[in-house]
Amino acid sequence: MDSALLVHRIHFAFTVTFHYLFPQLTMGLAPLIVILKTLGLRRNDETYHQAARFWTKIFAVNFLMGVVTGIPMEFQFGTNWSHFSRFAGGVIGQTLAMEGMFAFFLESAFLGLFLYGEKRLSPRAHWWSAVAVFLGSWLSGYFIVATDAWMQHPVGYEKAADGSVQLTSFWELLLNPWALWQYAHNMSGAVITGAIVMAAVGAFYLLWGKFEAHGRIFVRVGVIAGLIFSVLQLFPTGDGQGKLIAQNQPVTLAAMEALFVSQPGAPLIILGQPNVEERKIDNALEVPDALSFLTYRAWKANVKGLDAFPPDLWPQNVALLYYSYHIMVGLGTIFIAIMLVAVYLLWRGKLFSARWMLWILMLALPFPYIANTAGWITAELGRQPWLVYGLMRTADGYSKMVSAGNGMFTLLGFLGMYTVLGILFLFLLRREIEHGPAPEEKLIDIKAAVV
Amino acid sequence: METLWFMIVAVMVAAYVVLDGFDLGAGAIYLGAGKTIEDRRKILRAIGPVWDGNEVWLLAAGGTLYFAFPLLYASSFSGFYLPLMMVLWLLMLRGIGIELRAHMENAVWVGFFDLIFCVSSVLLAIFFGAALGNVVRGVPLGADGYFFEPLWTNFRASGNTGILDWYTVLTGVIALVTLTAHGSLYIAVKTDGELNRRTRGIALWAWPAQLILTIVGLIATCYVQPTVLGNYKQHAIGFLIPFIVLGSLGVMIYGIRKGQDKLAFVASAFYIVGMLVGAAFALYPVVLPASTDPVHRSLTIYNTAAGHHGLTVGLIWWIPAMILALAYFTLLFRMFKGKVQLEGEGY
Repeated sequence: MDSALLVHRIHFAFTVTFHYLFPQLTMGLAPLIVILKTLGLRRNDETYHQAARFWTKIFAVNFLMGVVTGIPMEFQFGTNWSHFSRFAGGVIGQTLAMEGMFAFFLESAFLGLFLYGEKRLSPRAHWWSAVAVFLGSWLSGYFIVATDAWMQHPVGYEKAADGSVQLTSFWELLLNPWALWQYAHNMSGAVITGAIVMAAVGAFYLLWGKFEAHGRIFVRVGVIAGLIFSVLQLFPTGDGQGKLIAQNQPVTLAAMEALFVSQPGAPLIILGQPNVEERKIDNALEVPDALSFLTYRAWKANVKGLDAFPPDLWPQNVALLYYSYHIMVGLGTIFIAIMLVAVYLLWRGKLFSARWMLWILMLALPFPYIANTAGWITAELGRQPWLVYGLMRTADGYSKMVSAGNGMFTLLGFLGMYTVLGILFLFLLRREIEHGPAPEEKLIDIKAAVV
Repeated sequence: METLWFMIVAVMVAAYVVLDGFDLGAGAIYLGAGKTIEDRRKILRAIGPVWDGNEVWLLAAGGTLYFAFPLLYASSFSGFYLPLMMVLWLLMLRGIGIELRAHMENAVWVGFFDLIFCVSSVLLAIFFGAALGNVVRGVPLGADGYFFEPLWTNFRASGNTGILDWYTVLTGVIALVTLTAHGSLYIAVKTDGELNRRTRGIALWAWPAQLILTIVGLIATCYVQPTVLGNYKQHAIGFLIPFIVLGSLGVMIYGIRKGQDKLAFVASAFYIVGMLVGAAFALYPVVLPASTDPVHRSLTIYNTAAGHHGLTVGLIWWIPAMILALAYFTLLFRMFKGKVQLEGEGY
């Protein structure tokens, strides 16, 4: 493998993976903050306003991290993937420019009002600023997903004389069916992150015995939103996305499932390690015929395995693709189970005293991040060896003028920079959580009580 | 159509430099002008609600450039690889410097982020100036439209050039002085009392340097890139631009001396726009001159543009998006208009 290609791939993969840790919470928290503010206005209850203010502070730090790690993403299309940009800019330049023009302006202008303006604005106007930030962040997500969806499933383009692709239909690009399903699936995943983070912090407060009024609000809002969206994540959004892959990228489906041999009544593998060398699964734990049913709604349907495709069309990293896909699906299933139990306990009025459940909710905190990351790895590794599916190979898209050494230099720079950012973020988050949502004097009372 | 998009991108870049320019300038004078904790807090308070929005103009301009001129975006971003990555790191450091310093009331913590904010602002101003210098001077473009420039070679402005040479360092210094004055005047507008007097003083001190550097810069540009005079000779109306630049400088010093900070700030904005429009007018229709073979290899708006259908469609969404963006910004700046007050902030 050409080492410059590898460096540029790792460069983008690392920066985008780190970046997406933040937007998923931004997009997930934004609607939940709007809900808290709405409840505060409706019920005229200061506790909800304090809760909203607390999450706004965390939102602000998280948003900042998303912005500063997001700017490099737009740059890297040109810096590290210039041949791809030249090839595809006539199409995806549309969605990327629209993100800047429609979403970033909206988001940034109202974020200023939202973070700095609570005293200057009326409560209702401040509520609207929160809604605008929510809409801006979700709009931004759409344009990015539409860009990725075009790379997964190119539509609305034609080949130009110079070898590049150019737009022929704006609406086909914007309403790409792949984009609609991927967006629904992705945003639902983001809300799950927001919901579990909120529930986890609430559970922590209840277990800790401080800020309990706020903790109960966090847990309640978190588990209800968590249940709704973890169900939506599986059906219809995950199912719809899966069908698109089965129809349009059958080789990707085979690699995700590590199905080496085409067969009728294909099994669904629950656990096991793909052995690519010998083309089998080690230690397989499988449900017979289930993959056929899930893909074609027929137990004995024939599913194409990797052997039906020439190896140079296989995703290059079958094992990692298989694992990331299974981690995503496995965690998604676990989330549904946890949230079902939690909402049942909430309904019976037992959740806030069920310490075992609060422990589970608190410890769930990192897992939606892992699931979302695994989902994106599945999508992007699954597209390989293509950069634009069927049109441009990844090996043809990177910046040929930027040597491996220069790429490595900036990769190391980003590694260092993001280590510092990550430490700062965790440090500040810990401070905010410890400080809690209550006003200053209450905190002092609590401290006095503890001493 | 290409010309229209060239103007749109130019206007967006100019808007970015005028808007983010004042908060970069405010960062550059931050340690010098902010003698007390209250002063520093006032400076940050003046730019706090708007700096992020200002920076979005860079992203929006970058996105629009990518959309309208994909080859220019691909070629210049990969060719200027190293300095752009450093700009990214500086933008990151600056962002966290502004936003994270207030999270802890600890002198070491605050001092650290103050320093980061100031240093990254200074370096960004210089980098942006040097970037413009590179574009005007030209780069060693290959036949395929790509190039790669090391950070420096022998500091000569011809032949095997690097990002930094005497000319681009000069344009970097011009940018730093310009934005220092611009940022000082913005802070002067937004504050009163001692800080207002001090920032106005900085602008007064920077003015002669700005005047001299402007003239030196114009002469140096004509020497380094003689083709810049071509468009001016053909279209005499272009000579209005240097008059606007010099006239703005005149209004600036009048405003500073009379204590009319707003007038001086607006004049400074006109100066910046004049300089950028002057450069764009001189280059048009070239967007990245080739130092290797200027006639055949230079990137122009015609050989880098996206397809016509895409450009037409883009116009349909760009115009309403811009109107919306202007509406948000008007609202934002109106909400935070007037002098910065620290009361009511808590503590």
